[in-house]
Amino acid sequence: MDIRELISEAVSTLTHNKLRTGLATLGIVIGIGSVIALVSLGQSSQAAVTSQIQSLGSNLLTVIPGAISSGFVRGAAGGATTLTYSDALGILTAPDITTVKNVSPEVSRRTQVTTSKANTNTQVIGATPAYSEVRKMEISQGSFITSRDVASMTKVAVLGPTVVTNLFGDGANPIGEPVRINGQSFRIIGITASKGGSGFQNQDDIVYVPLTTAQKQLFGVDYVTSISVEAKSEDVMTQAQDEVGYYLLNKHKLSDPALADFTIFSQNDILGAASAITGTFTALLSGIAAISLLVGGIGIMNIMLVTVTERTREIGLRKALGAKKKSIITQFLVESIILTVAGGVIGMIIGIAASYLISNLINLPFTLSLQSILVAIIVSGGIGILFGWYPARRAANLQPIEALRYE
Amino acid sequence: MIQITHLSKIYKNDEVTTVALDDVSFNIKKGEFVAIMGPSGSGKSTLMHIIGALDLPTSGKYILDGQNIGNLKDDELADIRNKKIGFIFQAFNLLPRTSAIKNVILPMIYGGISKDKREKVAAKYLKMVGLGDRMDHTPSQLSGGQQQRVAIARSLVMDPAIILADEPTGNIASAQAEEVMAIFQKLNEEGHTIVMITHEPDIAEHAKRIIHVKDGKIVKDGNGHRQRKINLNRKAKK
Repeated sequence: MDIRELISEAVSTLTHNKLRTGLATLGIVIGIGSVIALVSLGQSSQAAVTSQIQSLGSNLLTVIPGAISSGFVRGAAGGATTLTYSDALGILTAPDITTVKNVSPEVSRRTQVTTSKANTNTQVIGATPAYSEVRKMEISQGSFITSRDVASMTKVAVLGPTVVTNLFGDGANPIGEPVRINGQSFRIIGITASKGGSGFQNQDDIVYVPLTTAQKQLFGVDYVTSISVEAKSEDVMTQAQDEVGYYLLNKHKLSDPALADFTIFSQNDILGAASAITGTFTALLSGIAAISLLVGGIGIMNIMLVTVTERTREIGLRKALGAKKKSIITQFLVESIILTVAGGVIGMIIGIAASYLISNLINLPFTLSLQSILVAIIVSGGIGILFGWYPARRAANLQPIEALRYE
Repeated sequence: MIQITHLSKIYKNDEVTTVALDDVSFNIKKGEFVAIMGPSGSGKSTLMHIIGALDLPTSGKYILDGQNIGNLKDDELADIRNKKIGFIFQAFNLLPRTSAIKNVILPMIYGGISKDKREKVAAKYLKMVGLGDRMDHTPSQLSGGQQQRVAIARSLVMDPAIILADEPTGNIASAQAEEVMAIFQKLNEEGHTIVMITHEPDIAEHAKRIIHVKDGKIVKDGNGHRQRKINLNRKAKK
């Protein structure tokens, strides 16, 4: 019997009992559907995280106070305040640092920002002019903080578009208007271009003020919470990391790198960590979905066993007429493979639709890989073989006399 | 065609041992029409299973068409059944929801007959049993007698050495039973070897030879009586 005849015969047998076939397939539909949806969402979020981190610049180093190895202990001793503006200036000007292009010290805190009509709680970042260059930030209206603002501690603010919307309404142009940060009045001088807020932090929901103004007038501190260092190119990242590290160790009079009161990491480090997290999540969720696939497979096996029992007489007849074991096994395997592959294809369509809807809902880019489609079809076919094998063998091993006598 | 010598079949079930066939010997020559008769439990079904290569004897020898059906494996037995034996069952055993012609084609699929040839051969035998106009009917659209005629066509397509019929008229009305027996006699006249299991004396009488089985032994081996009469009737009708 050639494969076309086998398939058409199997399809006509399966369509005879539509309800049962549908229910048996449902397990596979749900299993494959959830695997596809979760893998696709996982890939989407990974792509989103990657593009977000890369949008910050791939030649960016970040220095934060405290050491990761013993951060908590140092934190308690005040280690979180070990970086200063002068450290940042030093990195930029030190003669033995050759690979650094620009340095942006920052101090940030969540603060209440108000106008006479509205108020919002947002991230306030004290920054220098270098910030916009190092973080690849663009201004849509007005201007960013200048070095004169930093030098003279002026009370000016640059708002992110989300903050503008929250305080003044959609599409407003509040340049020149006053805004109160921590109870002090600031004049708005610029609005940043939207970076598309998603993921961990909304980069549009930020208010920028001059670094010195933030330190002295808003927060009353003399440290910075982080220093962003832009290396001259991606190729000198490691060298830049070393140079900055040794410079800061020296400046902080620390002889042993193990005692460092700061941590330097690159975008690649963050990217690696973030990918590891999303990857773990994806794997975990897919694992759970795979369990439902397993349950679906057992459902197929169950229904195939019932089918074999029901069709005992037919099997007996086929064997009496000369069907060999191989023919019977093939017949039943083709049936179970058609069941699971049909379920796999339907599940795939549902899974893709679900992941498309969900990514739209939570603002993730929708990604669909050919790979996951192929895997879905191969896996569902494999489940058909795996769970159809035992029932098919049972059918093939029936003794024709017993089978013919079966009522 | 069939040589059976000192054939025994013993079923062992835990502690109970049942002797279904006890040292049976007989030959069936090519072109014979033999009825095997006996009450239920006589061993005639066991005999039929062994003749049909559905089961193997415990001891003794069974040679079918020159081939020893002794210690064959399952798939080899399947091949013997496919090529040498044409089965006709009491319950017809046609595939439901499957057209008459597809049912007749089934043994040819397992026999590896080419696709073009299958339909021609199947159509030829369906016409022979008088169902040329019902080839696309499914079993549920056919009467019992018609279903059994489809089964007869199916038994013939592989040109078997023997036709083995197990209570072929057990499930059909008596008028149609006569039709079926007439087809058997015609096939026999054309040279087919037929072995028929039955417990109905009327039906057995259509055969040329009747073997009576009781308690696993052959108790009587003689001639049928209605053979000539039916032939005369058939000729008279023409």
